[in-house]
Amino acid sequence: MKMLYRPYTLIAELTHRCPLRCPYCSNPMESAGSEAELDTETWLRVFDEADALGVVQVNLTGGEPLLREDVERLIERAAERELYTNLITSGIPLTIERLHRLKARGLNSVQVSVQGARQPEADAVAGGSFFGRKLEVMRWVKSAGLPLTVNVVLHRENLDGIEDVIRLAERIGADRLELANVQYLGWALHNRTALLPTREQIERARTVAAEAKRRLRGTMDLCFVLPDYYADRPKACMDGWGRRYLVVNPEGLALPCHLAHTLPGLSFDNVRERPLTEIWHESAGFNRFRGEEWLPDPCRSCPSRTEDFGGCRCQAYHVAGRTGAADPACALAPDHWMIEAARARAVDQAETPVVFEYRGTHRSVHG
Amino acid sequence: MPDSIVRPRLNPKARLRLDRQTGRYLLLFPEAGLDLNHAGSDILRRCTGEHTTEDIISELAAIHAGTPAAQIARDVRAFVGTLADRGLIQDAA
Repeated sequence: MKMLYRPYTLIAELTHRCPLRCPYCSNPMESAGSEAELDTETWLRVFDEADALGVVQVNLTGGEPLLREDVERLIERAAERELYTNLITSGIPLTIERLHRLKARGLNSVQVSVQGARQPEADAVAGGSFFGRKLEVMRWVKSAGLPLTVNVVLHRENLDGIEDVIRLAERIGADRLELANVQYLGWALHNRTALLPTREQIERARTVAAEAKRRLRGTMDLCFVLPDYYADRPKACMDGWGRRYLVVNPEGLALPCHLAHTLPGLSFDNVRERPLTEIWHESAGFNRFRGEEWLPDPCRSCPSRTEDFGGCRCQAYHVAGRTGAADPACALAPDHWMIEAARARAVDQAETPVVFEYRGTHRSVHG
Repeated sequence: MPDSIVRPRLNPKARLRLDRQTGRYLLLFPEAGLDLNHAGSDILRRCTGEHTTEDIISELAAIHAGTPAAQIARDVRAFVGTLADRGLIQDAA
């Protein structure tokens, strides 16, 4: 029997700082600067406590995790605890020497993001001249003998180039390709009208991805994540609230998802103040949307409730305005019309030039 | 592809480890994992690249004398095939 609530994966958001400024960034729109970040000793304790809770994988992410100089020590400790470590990076601050050092300390796999298959478009999204360097970093990862995941966030402007993205990943020899459609939260929600593709774009991309997945079976694991806005049923966001994933953010908040603390009326604990095991099992925030007691109609009596757990709480709040609402992405949800309206706007504006609002490179909000 | 696998071994990206919480084995790989039952662990622990699929079948058939050998052969081939499709097992030959 699997335990009902056991975190298998720790998502360690080491920093919100990042050299890129993608307009769909999933980080909170207000984030703290480096002085508010957890120190090395606290992270090491978090890894120990996560191991005791049953965590077996740790994703070192951010922001750009490599902006911290203690990644080596963190990986070493994770390896001592037999945690499978994934480094999720833009690649930009990495050097080949550091990559080999991280591997020697026990790093298991690397995910590098790229913002499209063509340099000008990709660089326009990332907000700087990064494309060439990213490809170089991907080749280093492969030549170091580490498994490589290439992650591309898809949106209206690059979705039609999905074949090129797949070819790029094949050429590099990626072990895994994540074709992730934008999730419309945080910065992406702010830029939704400019990013949301049309249904025709999505259908075409889905067909291309399915064909490539068959062709590459056994050599490259291709994963196409349908955007919520074009699915009839919501996703099991985070595999259910507080069920399998545990996020610790740069300031030390332990969360069921990296945006949970942006929801009103919920309280979350900080790992500086409370042991992780206690937070996972007892904190009000983690328990708020566990089980079925809280489920709204029509989820309450829906046969899908054991698969999607009511969908995404952040989407319920940011789109429908209530954290406890049925995820509006679901065609059965009373607020689904809001998703339909957003889709209609995307179609209306499909021909207009795209204008993004970026997160500022040096932006830092204190408090 | 499964048919071409003679001596199955784990893809270097995957790691097999004991789960201290359950006593079962877990197969961990980039950003996901499999919680293995006894049958799965028995097979995977033998996928070291030294044994052929046929060796593994005979060894497991000897251990599980009460189970029809044909069933064991079918289960092992199907399991190795599924994991090969997912890129988690490859041929050592």
